[in-house]
Amino acid sequence: MQTATLTDVTVNAGHLGGVVKLRGASAAKMTARDVNVYYGEAQALRQVDLDIGEKRITALIGPSGCGKSTFLRCLNRMNDVIEGCRVTGRIEMDGEDIYDTALDVVRLRARVGMVFQKPNPFPKSIFDNIAYGPRIHGFANHKNDLDEIVQTSLERAGLWLEVKDRLAAPGTGLSGGQQQRLCIARAIAVDPDVILMDEPCSALDPIATAKIEELMDELRTSLTIVIVTHSMQQAARVSQHTAFFHLGSLIECGDTDEIFTNPQDERTQGYITGRFG
Amino acid sequence: MLRDKAVTGMQLTLIIAALLILSSIGYAMGRRRAVAAGRGGALRLHSRPSYHGAYVALWCALPSLLLLVLWSIAEPRLAEWLLIARLPDSIRALDPDRLGLLVLDVKNLAVGNIVSREIDPALQAAAEGYNRFLTLSTAAMVVVAISIGVVGAARAIRGVSPAFRARNQVEKVARNIMLAASIIAVLTTVGIVLSLLFEALRFFDQVPFFDFLFGTRWSPQTALRADQVGASGEFGAVPLFAGTLLITVIAMCVATPVGLFSAIYMSEYAGPRFRATAKPMLEILAGVPTVVYGFFAALTVAPFVRGVGESIGLSVASESALAAGGVMGIMIIPFISSLSDDVMNAVPQSLRDGAYALGATKSETIRQVIFPAALPGIVGGMLLAVSRAIGETMIVVMAAGLAANLTANPLEAVTTVTVQIVTLLVGDQEFDSAKTLAAFALGLVLFTATLALNVVALYVVRKYREKYD
Repeated sequence: MQTATLTDVTVNAGHLGGVVKLRGASAAKMTARDVNVYYGEAQALRQVDLDIGEKRITALIGPSGCGKSTFLRCLNRMNDVIEGCRVTGRIEMDGEDIYDTALDVVRLRARVGMVFQKPNPFPKSIFDNIAYGPRIHGFANHKNDLDEIVQTSLERAGLWLEVKDRLAAPGTGLSGGQQQRLCIARAIAVDPDVILMDEPCSALDPIATAKIEELMDELRTSLTIVIVTHSMQQAARVSQHTAFFHLGSLIECGDTDEIFTNPQDERTQGYITGRFG
Repeated sequence: MLRDKAVTGMQLTLIIAALLILSSIGYAMGRRRAVAAGRGGALRLHSRPSYHGAYVALWCALPSLLLLVLWSIAEPRLAEWLLIARLPDSIRALDPDRLGLLVLDVKNLAVGNIVSREIDPALQAAAEGYNRFLTLSTAAMVVVAISIGVVGAARAIRGVSPAFRARNQVEKVARNIMLAASIIAVLTTVGIVLSLLFEALRFFDQVPFFDFLFGTRWSPQTALRADQVGASGEFGAVPLFAGTLLITVIAMCVATPVGLFSAIYMSEYAGPRFRATAKPMLEILAGVPTVVYGFFAALTVAPFVRGVGESIGLSVASESALAAGGVMGIMIIPFISSLSDDVMNAVPQSLRDGAYALGATKSETIRQVIFPAALPGIVGGMLLAVSRAIGETMIVVMAAGLAANLTANPLEAVTTVTVQIVTLLVGDQEFDSAKTLAAFALGLVLFTATLALNVVALYVVRKYREKYD
């Protein structure tokens, strides 16, 4: 499993549109170097080096338990919540070490939002769900400001027309797809630079999935998205970059087209053609 | 009377044991027969063999048990009726009360107890006849019960066939047994309420309803003779309810913050090891007998409160509402902390993750997401604590006194509804005086109050529940 060394990544980094150089790359929003993650004694990630391109969608694929969700959760330090979880290595965002003790994790998470596998709206009204983030961060000094943030967020998430007449209704009363878009709107409302999505469509039907994918494509114009997905088709449809993880290591990463048509590693080849996983 | 009961009691146990043995034999036989009938294909039988066995066992046990119940209800009545019928006419002509006493004497004579009159031959004969009947009746009961069991089992065994729907029958019986169990619980509640209600109505015949409910003086001493002091009892319940309210409020003021904060600490901050030891220890508080809390309140806390009060120039009664309420508050901490801890733990991790991912701090997450989601459960725990505080007696008896003062000052002695119920009913009392009946009226009002509290709580919980899944 030591094949995904720096050299591999250097080679593959060349695929990132030719723009991304490995270190100090200007178009990389986030960079991860030598990232190892341990849950207690068990090592979940080994020596991961990966650049996340700005205003791109990066798909993380791989079989279950390969560490892709763990990696995703490193990017906004959600792993801090898990007891016994230890992260080593260096992850930077805009050149700033996000694991630096001087950096406040609360501020980091305001800049790096997250959408989860299962829609998790708060047991509050639709309005309060969206307004929650802006309120705690003090974005809105005025009720009108808040109204505006809620409306734009819902509009950007493509949910405004469906819910504008029932903003006081509980968010949990929406359908699964609507709930997930509500969670995306909730994440957008804080105006983050990056949104992490952990299998956002795995609990949704194809129509709701299509809506979310459409939404991601629109959001790409203004933010950076990292998505973990089990669906090869989804990765191929929505992403510009793809990273393949296997048994805790990053095997291969590069342009999505390249990975899907001409994978360099035979494990990648095997996974995307469905021979294992 | 005593020996008589003991003997039939033991016989009853023996018959039931015999029936149990019989029905387990029936079970085994029915099962074997079903297995035999189902040979040649696992799906030939409609019901599994054990259901056929259970069906036989039920037919063996249930009819006999029913008969036993009916028999033991009817037997004493029948025996008494026969006893009276055989007495000489001169005795039967007595008035019902004296006849009843005489019958009691005959029964005592029959079992060898002390008798309160001269034993004449007529009585002796009656007692012997009574004994003969009981012996005969018991023997007959044994024979009939066992044979009904055997006949029922035999009938059911003969009915075993692959197509027979034994499962449906057995399940129907099981369902009815469960139904009966729940009806018993409901009927008991209804019975208690009705008995409270009727006794309370008798009280309101003597004391007007509104005098009781809105009167501000409580002095339930009624005189036996007209010329005694305190001949007119006063039954104004307001001081009692005010005292109950005062003590409950004090208790909740202690228990709510302590319980809630400890619950939040245990569910959100504490490590699993601390939680595993601290939680059971907190729950022990609920298991301490209230008498022990009473000692604690009366001998430690009350003098302490008085001492502190005096040192800052306040006059504190040696039995104060503050001492009783404070100790009661300690007692009900676990109701709040343990339940709140459980419901906060039940809030899904995904909600916490959602809040953290938006950049919420831990305290914001707890206050704005977890607490509201857990609120119905927390309110439920608090109401449980309140009803426990309202119903608590022993601590108040020992630490808050018996004086029915109408006061909002927690440093004075007060009394509560439950304490007064106890003092009204202990000792030798006539059961038709206003003094004793007042206890039922108090009980009824207390019951109504807690019921209303529960209804309100249910409504609040249902209305403000934030569904999270």
